Amino acid sequence: MTHQFPPLSEAQKRELHETALRIVSPGKGILAADESVGSMAKRLAQVGVENTEENRRQYRQILFSADDRINGCIGGVIFFHETLYQHSDKGVPFVKMIRERGILIGVKVDKGVVPLAGTSGETTTQGLDGLSERCAQYKKDGAVFAKWRCVLKISDSNPSKLAIAENANVLARYSSICQQHGIVPIIEPEVLPDGDHDLKRCQYVTEKVLAAVYKAMSDHHVYLEGSLLKPNMVTPGHSCSTKYSPEEVAMATVTAIRRTVPPAVPGIAFLSGGQSEEEASVHLNAINNCPLPKPWVLTFSFGRALQASALRAWRGHKENEKTATEQFIKRAEVNSLACQGKYAGGENHGEAAQRVYGSCHAY
Amino acid sequence: MTHQFPALSPEKKKELADIAQKIVATGKGILAADESTGTMGKRLEKISVENTEENRRFYRDILFSSDSSIANSIGGVIFFHETLYQKSDSGKLFPQLIKEKGIVVGIKVDKGTAALGGTDGETTTQGLDGLSERCAQYKKDGCDFAKWRCVLKISDSCPSALAIAENANVLARYASICQQNGLVPIVEPEILPDGDHDLQRCQYATEKVLAAVYKALSDHHVYLEGTLLKPNMVTAGHSCTKKYTPEDVALATVTTLGRTVPAAVPGICFLSGGQSEEEASLNLNAINLVPLHRPWKLTFSYGRALQASALAAWQGKAANKAAAQQAFSNRAKINGLASKGEYKPAATADKASMQSLHTAKYVY
Repeated sequence: MTHQFPPLSEAQKRELHETALRIVSPGKGILAADESVGSMAKRLAQVGVENTEENRRQYRQILFSADDRINGCIGGVIFFHETLYQHSDKGVPFVKMIRERGILIGVKVDKGVVPLAGTSGETTTQGLDGLSERCAQYKKDGAVFAKWRCVLKISDSNPSKLAIAENANVLARYSSICQQHGIVPIIEPEVLPDGDHDLKRCQYVTEKVLAAVYKAMSDHHVYLEGSLLKPNMVTPGHSCSTKYSPEEVAMATVTAIRRTVPPAVPGIAFLSGGQSEEEASVHLNAINNCPLPKPWVLTFSFGRALQASALRAWRGHKENEKTATEQFIKRAEVNSLACQGKYAGGENHGEAAQRVYGSCHAY
Repeated sequence: MTHQFPALSPEKKKELADIAQKIVATGKGILAADESTGTMGKRLEKISVENTEENRRFYRDILFSSDSSIANSIGGVIFFHETLYQKSDSGKLFPQLIKEKGIVVGIKVDKGTAALGGTDGETTTQGLDGLSERCAQYKKDGCDFAKWRCVLKISDSCPSALAIAENANVLARYASICQQNGLVPIVEPEILPDGDHDLQRCQYATEKVLAAVYKALSDHHVYLEGTLLKPNMVTAGHSCTKKYTPEDVALATVTTLGRTVPAAVPGICFLSGGQSEEEASLNLNAINLVPLHRPWKLTFSYGRALQASALAAWQGKAANKAAAQQAFSNRAKINGLASKGEYKPAATADKASMQSLHTAKYVY
């Protein structure tokens, strides 16, 4: 702890910081299109489509064929490894299509969750082996940021001290390795919404998890200005009987991140979890209108919440492609407004939202 | 880590948050007048004044009975235990005098440093025993905030992992106990400027120390919105040959804080260390002009850097009381401006304000 052995040169730091800022430029967020083969199986099954490599390619093509309306809405796309090397029908590499829109390329680099023995069903995430070499290759292949997802859950006994410490540590190792290769790490410590816990419980857990994450980042000498955070919003559990307004979700979320995420982190791009497209947008909008000082960009990194309608419109039929793409563009535009606090959709908007905030106090 | 057992009710949290906000209201900072008896001895010796209880009382009276306009620049005063129960010439208890001006009363509650065996001269700070009862009493006696100073140093082997962890932990325990008793804890993890290390080294050490402090505060369930931080600015060591500008110091300092101090902390009140009055004001001003996110108030909690000129003007002579008050009031005003980035120094500054106030291995 006594001496600094700088992991990054000034030039490397500058590159990472500028990349991070570009991804979360005003009005922009991230399209998480990095569903693994297994996850895509679930998505495609829901619309009666077979999970083949070709179908996955066709589906991603729908998203990547969006026209320049998404240029001002999407700062980065997270790819799954397979997709990074796929092409459009016309033979244009997907990465080229995306890059031509001025959108940055990211890649999911973790290798999924593995159990933590001696815990109640908790996990850590693997993927560190050879990560350095993989990052170097991804950088050559056009990626400038990466994503790694850790998962924690809330129950009577969870998250345990071990789960919090182990996941924080592995996120920090991943981040450190990425930065060595000029890749901005997106740090994702997802606290699942499964359970009947209330909003306060989720806030408490999220605060503990994020505090551990940023201590680990400090211990591992990670350059915060060249990183992004992808956390859960603070929400009640799915089976919680109490209902909360978007303003309550926003206040709890912003309070939690104000207590834990250093201002040096340029941007926080929320995951949507199990929220519907509209719910996620309304929450993001409320977060951006929360009347507490928010020294980071607060935007989206949505998977399902950007793609659900597009997927449903497509249903695997080529003739539905244009309609499906339109659905995606529509959600991208809505979230672009939401990440600026300008989305007028949902029940509580404009003046009504202001009034509801008045009754919200900090937790 | 799984369940919350709320340490504070919503009402208690609001009380703490309001007190903290009041102390660091825009344009205001803290007068650290909590010098222990021994430390006052050193101060008074410099102006050839005997270190008696009456002289200490008389001196503090000069400061505390300054014109009420000092309340425009001073949001809080930190007292030493003895001073809390002394009276002004007018017969009024000092805390009352301060409160009447709309200034919040604070109290130093630590009991000094204690050696950490097996380290290279490093320390922790004692004072936790019976702290809860003492805090309750101080609250009754008019205090609304407290201060506890931990000390770390930079050398080839320091600060060690133990020193960082132990001091962070004791600060968190102190903070937790204070909040239970309605006192806003000022958390002071001072890294001494002694040494020849450069600015980068101090920045690195400060980042590690502050990261540990805020993890400990989280672990101990401390309510950040009801706390204040009193850190060192990031500066080069006193014997460092390289010179840095206020802008260098400011950028390094704000970068460090941005990487470690959550936005929920309402205010950061820098200690002045061995800086001269003018240096401390210029650095604070530059800090408030740094073009980075600064979601906390950035102000002062100065002892020597608010009092040097006043002491020099007083010289132990009652006839100089008004001059001493003027000097103090002046410096308070300057620091109030500096806390808003609005201080524009005159072409010449007087000798006392420029004099370095560094004493090697400074102990209060």
